[in-house]
Amino acid sequence: MPTEQDTSRLKSNRLERHFEDSKPPYSAGEALIEADRCLYCHDAPCVRHCPTTIDIPKFIAQIASGNTRGAATTIFRQNMLGASCARVCPVEEMCVGACVYEQFNGQPIAIGRLQRYATDTACADERSSGRPLFTPAPPIGRRVALIGAGPASLACAAHLALAGVEADIYEREELPGGLNTTGVAPYKMQAESSLAEVEWLLSHGARLRAGVRVGEDIAFASLLEEYDALFIGVGLGRGRTLNLEGPGVWGATELIRAIKTEEGFALPAGASRAVVIGGGNTAIDIARELALLGVTEVTLAYRRREAAMSAYAHELAAARRCGVRLRENLRPLAAVHRGGALCGARFQEVGGNDVVELACDLLAVAAGQTTGVQALGAGVRCNADGTVWVVPGTRRTSLNRVFAGGDCINGGREVVDAAADGRIAAQDMLAAWRSEAARRKRNG
Amino acid sequence: MADLSIDFCGVTSPNPYWLASGPPTNSGEQVMRAFEAGWGGAVWKTLGEPIVNVNSRFGAMDIGSAKVAGFTNIELITDRPLAANFTEMAEVKKRYPDRALIASLMVETREEWREIIRRSEDAGCDAIELNFGCPHGMCERGMGSAVGQEPRVLAEIASWAKEFSSVPVLVKLTPNVGDILEPGLAAVRAGADGLSLINTIKSVIGVDLDLMTPLPAVGGEGTHGGYCGPAVKPIALHMVGALARDMRIRTPLSAIGGVSTWRDAAEFVALGAGSVQVCTAVMHKGYRIIEDLTEGLSEFLDARGMASLTELMGQASPNFREWGDLDLNYRIVADINPDTCIGCQLCYVACLDGAHQCIHTSQSPCHAWHGEPDHAQGPRAQVAAPMEHAAPANMDSRTPWVDEAECIGCNLCALVCPVPGCITMREVAQGSSRESWNERLEAADPQSQG
Repeated sequence: MPTEQDTSRLKSNRLERHFEDSKPPYSAGEALIEADRCLYCHDAPCVRHCPTTIDIPKFIAQIASGNTRGAATTIFRQNMLGASCARVCPVEEMCVGACVYEQFNGQPIAIGRLQRYATDTACADERSSGRPLFTPAPPIGRRVALIGAGPASLACAAHLALAGVEADIYEREELPGGLNTTGVAPYKMQAESSLAEVEWLLSHGARLRAGVRVGEDIAFASLLEEYDALFIGVGLGRGRTLNLEGPGVWGATELIRAIKTEEGFALPAGASRAVVIGGGNTAIDIARELALLGVTEVTLAYRRREAAMSAYAHELAAARRCGVRLRENLRPLAAVHRGGALCGARFQEVGGNDVVELACDLLAVAAGQTTGVQALGAGVRCNADGTVWVVPGTRRTSLNRVFAGGDCINGGREVVDAAADGRIAAQDMLAAWRSEAARRKRNG
Repeated sequence: MADLSIDFCGVTSPNPYWLASGPPTNSGEQVMRAFEAGWGGAVWKTLGEPIVNVNSRFGAMDIGSAKVAGFTNIELITDRPLAANFTEMAEVKKRYPDRALIASLMVETREEWREIIRRSEDAGCDAIELNFGCPHGMCERGMGSAVGQEPRVLAEIASWAKEFSSVPVLVKLTPNVGDILEPGLAAVRAGADGLSLINTIKSVIGVDLDLMTPLPAVGGEGTHGGYCGPAVKPIALHMVGALARDMRIRTPLSAIGGVSTWRDAAEFVALGAGSVQVCTAVMHKGYRIIEDLTEGLSEFLDARGMASLTELMGQASPNFREWGDLDLNYRIVADINPDTCIGCQLCYVACLDGAHQCIHTSQSPCHAWHGEPDHAQGPRAQVAAPMEHAAPANMDSRTPWVDEAECIGCNLCALVCPVPGCITMREVAQGSSRESWNERLEAADPQSQG
């Protein structure tokens, strides 16, 4: 039977606990000084570059005026995952990158850190004062099942709960939060923070049913029968392995998950050389994590030129500052084992005939993930790349009453995109019910 | 290096900067350290019958991260024994004979004035300053601003001081009056050798919303205090300028009120001040600010080719006119430099909501005035639909632009622009010659203007 959520099951002896915050929290004084720098732009570019269109100048002015709860409310109204987005958003590519100060003195407002200050401070105040930031509306007699307890579903469920909708989240894993719990680089956010956020989101009335596999334990069709609407927020499937296998070879997402959540997990004793295959942000994350964990030589092997990498430039730069080296134009061939132990990785040089072997005792493969929605047996229309198709401008799928959001529709983007999807899907559902009611009224 | 020295009604000092009477001049050791740092003079913390002070005494108004934009105090005159003050004054004057040492005094009766002036002169002070200004505490006892607000009382006490004093007598004026000329003229007619202004402004600096107490709080209660600091400078500039321009007042003016930088000082001197007094800025940042106060002023005078501070004195006075004498035909418009514009659009929204709807944007639906330029002379009884339009060629989409025909040259956009020099006001040549409101009235009815 589905179990109720239990977010206190994380053990303290997890490897991620060795990491320090790369952007530590602001004190009240620091936040005030930073908030005061904000120019309060009209039609601000930071807002235009936020997928959830948070009114950033407004929440910053609210911090400056001492209305921190108001600041948090401004954030959460648009993005119920404002607390984790404050930590994990690639702000350099979004709001902060668009700040007009970039063109002035090159010192944009630290929007992420201010958002973290506002949300953390307000949530702490909510706990200590007992005055909730949000009060759910009375029940409206609708029920929604959400599949997957990652950011998209959590955001959607929280918005629905606040609108008086009964929201049940079905999660196959024991730990909720999706990649926020298992995949975010520990120097940005650790699993506790993610679980605390999940707890806060659920506190508005949504329920979590963990350890239930939709498609196996319970059929998609029966959910659709039981509920007024369904939301698919299952994220992506397994990581691609590129046929690299054997001892010492890890899928990057599995290795990150182990570092973040596995009790007593440790890197192989004496691991001093690691090779990471990939050119995306997950590859950068694991490379940087390995370097920070003391692996002396971390090489990022990418099959094309640096300019073609999908990873953010600022992330690559940060990894390089940690000592990560990039090798371009290397197409992986095989993992090399000697005496049953990994000793290297073999590559074909792209644009040449050389076969290159990089010695390593740890090989992490971050070559993207497959899609996972097919396992649901939902029968929703999918795009050519396996992602779920949605009606443009909405989060409605090809099936009536079925909505979707997050990585499963975009192929793997940011938490903030999932949070936006969750809110938009909730609005789509509420709008659909409203017009349904209006129709019914018209038809007597 | 320009000569910064001054002769202020016979009181000389190597530069125009005197510490104003207040906490920074509370004791001999403080004044000695100030003089060591380079201050030109000091007006000692007001002497009188020693009083008892309360806790706390100060309050400040911050504007964002800008600390102490305004400041208030409910401290009274010296709470130290008079004998100690006079001993220290004598020692200071002995060690720093070239600096101006001025005794600020506040007592009640004629006999008390006679006595305290004698003791001040015995201590070696170069001048006395009659404190007719404090708007808190002392005025409730019939002193301070209670005197300064009554020209007849002020004149009477000032004439006593002139009678008893052999050193110059400065009268320190309160700004808590309707017209600063009244106490100023009264003091001059009573024989004052110089005027100091402004003293602090009667004020409540804030309210503690947790305690529901006016600030500064004394336990759970508060009272009004004396307001000063950078935020009062405009008030002081106006009052100093008004006295400087009045032909009946020939006495030198010692300007007080928000002087924090050499530029503030230069502005006061340009409006006619002969010395400047500083208190709040020192309370905020210490005596060491004298370094740039003197270096900056000297550099400014050098750059302007002025050999001495006296050349700057009153330079801006002739350009101060009554509103009715200003040129109605002078016209300027705003120029936004697209190269330095950072696209914050504060000018757009300020013009739209706070001025004349003549700055346009291409970024979002533009709510500026899109009708015929008429400077809002025509009816505007409807909110017009916003217009989507492209930016002028070669302009970034976030850079706003000015409808010059509609611009009324108010300056607001330039004031709110965070980028120095990005928005400038450009003069637009007019066919018509200078004409003021008063001239227009006179032309319409020659008889009305004597």
